[in-house]
Amino acid sequence: MISAQYLGMPLEINDLDHENLNYFAYCAKHDFRLQRCASCKLLRYPPTTACPWCSELSSEWVSVEGRGTVHSYTEVHHAIQPAFKQYTPYLVLLVELDTQSGMPTREEGLRVIGNLVRPDGVLAPKAEVERVGIGTRVRMVFTDVAPGLALPQWTIDETAASGMPWRYRG
Amino acid sequence: MPLPREDVEATTPKFLRDKYAIVGVGETSYTRGSDKSTRALASIAVRNAMVDAGIKPSEIDGMLSYQFNDSVFSPFVAGDLGIRLNFYMDVFGGGSSTEALIGIAIGVIEAGMCKTVVIFRSMNGFSQVRIGGTGVRSAIPVSGDMMHSRAYGWQSAGQMFAPTFMRHMHDFGTTAEQVAHVRVAHSHHASNNPKAYYKKRITVEDVVSSRMICKPLHLLDCCVETDNANAIIVTTAERAKDLKHPLVRIRGVVGRCSKPRVDMHYQAGPISTVAGHYAKDILWPNAGVGPEDVDLTGSYDAFTFTTMLQLEDYGFCKKGDGGHYVSDGTIMLGGKRPNNTSGGHLCEGYTHGIAMVIENVRQLRHDADDSCPIGPDGRRQHTYDYCEGGCRQVKNAEVSANLGWAMPGTGSAMVMRRG
Repeated sequence: MISAQYLGMPLEINDLDHENLNYFAYCAKHDFRLQRCASCKLLRYPPTTACPWCSELSSEWVSVEGRGTVHSYTEVHHAIQPAFKQYTPYLVLLVELDTQSGMPTREEGLRVIGNLVRPDGVLAPKAEVERVGIGTRVRMVFTDVAPGLALPQWTIDETAASGMPWRYRG
Repeated sequence: MPLPREDVEATTPKFLRDKYAIVGVGETSYTRGSDKSTRALASIAVRNAMVDAGIKPSEIDGMLSYQFNDSVFSPFVAGDLGIRLNFYMDVFGGGSSTEALIGIAIGVIEAGMCKTVVIFRSMNGFSQVRIGGTGVRSAIPVSGDMMHSRAYGWQSAGQMFAPTFMRHMHDFGTTAEQVAHVRVAHSHHASNNPKAYYKKRITVEDVVSSRMICKPLHLLDCCVETDNANAIIVTTAERAKDLKHPLVRIRGVVGRCSKPRVDMHYQAGPISTVAGHYAKDILWPNAGVGPEDVDLTGSYDAFTFTTMLQLEDYGFCKKGDGGHYVSDGTIMLGGKRPNNTSGGHLCEGYTHGIAMVIENVRQLRHDADDSCPIGPDGRRQHTYDYCEGGCRQVKNAEVSANLGWAMPGTGSAMVMRRG
């Protein structure tokens, strides 16, 4: 059982939730791993008991490069969780990983949720939030929460050639 | 009413088409602060539906409800009203439950398990369990699948659906001003609905200048939170024919039809497409009609965008043209195919979809409860003048479509017809 506080919220992973325990334990080592199906070899996100494509139960955890492109997003101005209010506007990013992009069909991909954060894992300030939109290249960093628990997050990949991302202007 | 089309192959056995009817509808008032328990609200709504149908408690023997751990269960409502049940079930869920439960009601009656089913949704969505996710819902520990959502401050319906809305704008050039017309249309409709919580007519400018909640949603792109209960009575058309209202028959239903990977639907694209894309292929063949045959729609308006996305994916316009469809006057009263003539969730009140079905039942009876004068026969004399405070009856309404929404990945739908 992992029990921790993060931004005013109690986070809990119980002992029966082996998939999430493993996932977040690797994240705590700053090693982003996803399950690879023992049968069809496809990676999947988020952690699941069986393979979403072939229903095989066996899988192995493999390291995956935390790089991708913002597929869509929302910029939150009205936070629900009280402790998020100090960080508004904050971004929730849906990031399509370079790994397995457009597979197994053209419209599929590993689309990983995260906030836009500074490289140290703290929610990004407004000036950075306003640089990001659909198409922005990002890389994964981690927000350390507790032993055995870190959240995978996204930060702007400053090394990437950046075109103009699409942003909602309003 | 167009004749059943022969050029489509129905998936529902054709003898079920038109075999069942909605014979009673009822609700409480829409308030913020009901000062009543969900048990009391439900009992009032079910009783109002029985009175509307003109049937006694002894004639109801089935009960269905849906909820989010925020409401009363069927046995207490049945007990309150002296209804002895041969069947009941309380299911988990919110939007998109109504049409699905109507399908279940047809199924259990068809199976001989009971004869007449009442379906209710009762909620203090403002004063007890806030539908927007604040209050007690935000204090629940984050665990399991929520570790990949709420832990990121990604929690409320608006926050969860926004990536779909944003991607639609990106992919098709849909604008905030276009979808704001949904709120404008529904506010005009609500101004002619004495029950509506928000009756004031508003403009596109009002919507896009209201404060940002989470992009691309402004405050007025989001629906209201209210306290209320609603109820619908389903039975066979055969039993219904002796009752007092014109028959409103069920042509076809789709229940909680989903996109792939419904656990985390953003894994399967295009993410600017919603479950209606799949549901349409069940709805229209089952109903034996197509979008062009529909006189009015009830496309779920948790947000302005949800109405637009569903109308598009059910085929009321070409994919990508939803922004144009909702802003060209089509969905307004007096337009070609009005949507949510009650004002919907954006303006009338928030009921997880059931009130949109009730509104279309009244429309198909040609008895929308607006402010038109009541004639000597006890029925409203509709003027079809849609000025503020006036009529909201759609002229010659024969066929309606309800498009229920749970989230981008799950939807339900139903076609009804008069006669």
